[in-house]
Amino acid sequence: MPNLDFVINGDVLKVALSGDFLHFAGNPDLYQTAGSTRVKSIIVDGKNIGKWDSSLLLVLFELAQIAKQRQIVLEKDNLPPGLNRMLDLSLAVKPHTDTVLANKSDFLERLGGWGIDIWQIFNKGLDFVLENVGALFRFLKGKTVTRKIDFLFALEDCGPKAVGIVSLISFMVGLILAFVGAIQLKTFGAQIYVASLVTIGMTRIMGAIMAGVIMAGRTGASFAATLGTMQVNEEIDALKTMGIPVADFLILPRLAALVLVMPLLTMLADFMGMLGGGFVGILLLDISAGEYWKYSWEAWDMVNFWVGVFHGFVFGFIIALCGCYYGVNSGRNADGVGVATTRAVVSSIVWMIVATGVITAIFERLGI
Amino acid sequence: MSTDKITAHNLKVAYGDKVIIKNADFAVKENDIFIIMGGSGSGKSSLLRVLTGLMPPAGGTFYINGKDYPKADAEQKLEIMKKVGILYQSGGLFSSMTLAENIALPLQKYSNYPDETIKELVNLKLSLVGLGGFGDYYPAEISGGMKKRAGLARALALDPEIVYFDEPSAGLDPVSSARLDNLMKDINQSLGTTLVVVTHELDSIFSIGTNSVFLDADSKTITARGNPHELLKNPPNQTVYNFLTRGGKDEKRTK
Repeated sequence: MPNLDFVINGDVLKVALSGDFLHFAGNPDLYQTAGSTRVKSIIVDGKNIGKWDSSLLLVLFELAQIAKQRQIVLEKDNLPPGLNRMLDLSLAVKPHTDTVLANKSDFLERLGGWGIDIWQIFNKGLDFVLENVGALFRFLKGKTVTRKIDFLFALEDCGPKAVGIVSLISFMVGLILAFVGAIQLKTFGAQIYVASLVTIGMTRIMGAIMAGVIMAGRTGASFAATLGTMQVNEEIDALKTMGIPVADFLILPRLAALVLVMPLLTMLADFMGMLGGGFVGILLLDISAGEYWKYSWEAWDMVNFWVGVFHGFVFGFIIALCGCYYGVNSGRNADGVGVATTRAVVSSIVWMIVATGVITAIFERLGI
Repeated sequence: MSTDKITAHNLKVAYGDKVIIKNADFAVKENDIFIIMGGSGSGKSSLLRVLTGLMPPAGGTFYINGKDYPKADAEQKLEIMKKVGILYQSGGLFSSMTLAENIALPLQKYSNYPDETIKELVNLKLSLVGLGGFGDYYPAEISGGMKKRAGLARALALDPEIVYFDEPSAGLDPVSSARLDNLMKDINQSLGTTLVVVTHELDSIFSIGTNSVFLDADSKTITARGNPHELLKNPPNQTVYNFLTRGGKDEKRTK
């Protein structure tokens, strides 16, 4: 059993410790007494201490700190040697006093700071895009250090391995589109136009958006995580010091693969969405298969189809660039990679929506 | 009389069919600073992974405090490992947590101390490794040597009986490395903690080691054991002599 007794004798605080001090709870009264102005010195008698652990070291550490703060003497000569040495060790280095800089700027200052940050991010992003477009031109001239195998790996990852999930989700979206449309169209007895709704909706934009969202979450995140981990492992530093452009070696294979594959995945999403719509129309809305496909075909417009495919192509660029940008600019720790991955996905989706708005406005103006 | 803290019997370490170490027998006595040494690729870190329970042995067994670790169930393993601290090569600190939160984590999970005491204990452990006042810093904001010391403070949080060190000197400058060696010796002598150190740094080996085993990459076995200074005086084979003298270039240590 631990035994801690203390008594004030004149202006001396005498602390007697005996027994085993394992998981000792401490004694707040002792610290209070040691802190009183009556006490001019502290003497610790520890010759009867048995076993001890950090909890006793903590009591002595607190006493030593109070003594240091009050500039009074702490005598601790007959402590067990190990305990004495540990106490000396814990007091040997002066505590670091600089605090981590807190952001205490006012609102206007912060607003200005955000503005500068956004401007710098925009500039950095623009440089990145221009660098990679330049790399793409060099690639077409055959002047880049790009490994064919990296391109093929990226192509496999973005293409065949994504077919399953893109098919499934697009089928479900076509199904939902048909269901939602049918609720309204049924009230006019016009449920047959579900076929037109799904065909136009999927081919014009929904196929591309669904393929884009899936690929942003799947492949864009994977690009950011892979390149972020390479940043942590100093692989990107090694490339830079070897004089090999990161854009050529790491980004181009991924960019080329995704740009190539996204239009194809958009076509797949269009087809699977129409299939999902057909599933609802034929099996649940009692529309005959022939009739459904007739209306689908009538609604089919090659302009819509190519507009959708063009969206897919642009989305491929956006997803690859966002994933790679945040990957190569990732922080150098586990947290940094997580943040990079999140930002890659979020910014891909945001930029896809922005791009859709811009493309729609331009096509509207051009009458397409 | 000192007792064995860790004993290995016919221990085999392998990745699938690829054997890394075989027939390993050794005993780590209480209060030892036990060095596991050997050249690159000799299986030092793999052996440590087995001893820390991160990887099962491919054969044989080992005992920690007399308990057969590989045969223990999950709960027993947890009880055994509560008395063991580990300092990983890069510190192994959680990057999303401050140093204080890193050190407080095992105390919050496995001790009954109130929050205020845990806070004070964290401050004590940080002061012990010379990092008093750095509790609010994140691992990314401190140097490699400081990360190792913070990792050591976390390893010591629960007053372990055994602490494993994986390449403690790796990536440190000679001064930081010597400071860490001294800290390890202080902990060993003051707290009576048994230290198991995987390293190939000769300065550390001779400065802190009280007992050791040498892993030979060719034979995949332990080819030497004993106090490093004794091994240097009477090397059992040429490989050990070459290792301990940097291929004969460091002969002055033998004199």
